[in-house]
Amino acid sequence: MTEEEKLTRFNSKIDKEEKIEPKDWMPDAYRKTMIRQLSQHAHSEVIGMQPEGNWVLRAPSLRAKKILLAKIQDEGGHGLYLYSATETLGIDRDEMIQQLHEGKAKYSNIFNYPALTWADIGAIGWLVDGAAIVNQISLQRTSYGPYSRGMIRICKEESFHQRQGYEIMVTMMNGTPEQKQMAQDAMNRWWWPSLMMFGPPDNDSSHTKQSMRWKIKRESNDVLRQRFIDKTVDQAHFIGLTVPDKDLKFNKSTGHWDIGKINWDEFHEVINGNGPCNKQRLAHHIKVHNEGRWVREAAMAFAENETRTKKELVTH
Amino acid sequence: MSTKDNQLPLWEVFIQSKSGNPHKHAGSVHASDKNMALQNARDIYTRRGEGRSIWVVLSENIAASAPEDEAELFDPADDKVYRHPTFYRVPEGVKNM
Ligand SMILES: [Fe+2]
Ligand SMILES: [Fe+2]
Repeated sequence: MTEEEKLTRFNSKIDKEEKIEPKDWMPDAYRKTMIRQLSQHAHSEVIGMQPEGNWVLRAPSLRAKKILLAKIQDEGGHGLYLYSATETLGIDRDEMIQQLHEGKAKYSNIFNYPALTWADIGAIGWLVDGAAIVNQISLQRTSYGPYSRGMIRICKEESFHQRQGYEIMVTMMNGTPEQKQMAQDAMNRWWWPSLMMFGPPDNDSSHTKQSMRWKIKRESNDVLRQRFIDKTVDQAHFIGLTVPDKDLKFNKSTGHWDIGKINWDEFHEVINGNGPCNKQRLAHHIKVHNEGRWVREAAMAFAENETRTKKELVTH
Repeated sequence: MSTKDNQLPLWEVFIQSKSGNPHKHAGSVHASDKNMALQNARDIYTRRGEGRSIWVVLSENIAASAPEDEAELFDPADDKVYRHPTFYRVPEGVKNM
């Protein structure tokens, strides 16, 4: 089959909503985009464990601690599913981690913000996981088979993440004036970065068009962002939280909430490494990774030794 | 970081959700040996009671057919309609067949 025939076949698969599977022929640019997006998603899950991990030892009750641990463990699992899905495209996990450490691969900007109080754990689960869910539900229909299957699995696990976060916010909003203030403060700090999680507006998002054509992405950044806003504003109002946007207004003719201007300068500052925690997040990952090296080496040496002993037993 | 790191070999994971069901591919894990692969698979793929039995196999030990062979490989099945019950005519009035 000529390259051209292969391409026609690939495109017709995409048009017919068929999934692209690891051994199928795909254009180089599709493979590259997929590796970039999938590995970035995997890194985000793993780096995202850090702000929450910061509160495991300070959780206010044993119940809260168990829930937070389970949630963080899920995120680690999400990272691992997604690394595996990326590996089906012909890149090793070693290489992905190296790209992360060298700053060549990115992770979600949102995790460069600190979790300052317990209310931040509530805000992260409710807003950050909430935004991630909107995005991931849409990605269940992505054209790459292993990514799509990973998203379906992840979405099943995510819904508890958002609920546990919202429950923390509800509890604090029913608490003392200081606790209410903490909840509102967390809302103020996490609201805008959560909206930025969907990426730049459609008219200056460089990747969107081709990704939509290939059905890697199924809905645009702005559509997904608006869906999240519409869901979340009501949830905030329901428990007495104020959305930190003086221009927020319900638009009767469209049926959507209109918001004020997003500060994209801040977004670019953080993406370019100047957020509050960029250096800390990466340094921590590198440190733990290097500290674990001897464990991986010892495990391999043990496994090799075991197989050698078994072989010797057989031959004697 | 210049030295090549080792993320341990890759294993494919198959999970049986309940007795009587087939084992189904769930994903992969990295592990140094069978025991670690089983434990990692349990931690990664069965945190909510999704399984009652796990198989793991080194990914490099799986042989897979190539997508470009699909037509050639499966077309012998295409012209053997007599393998299907609808190929046969049963006389009017015959029941339970
Ligand atoms: Fe996640
Ligand atoms: Fe989550």
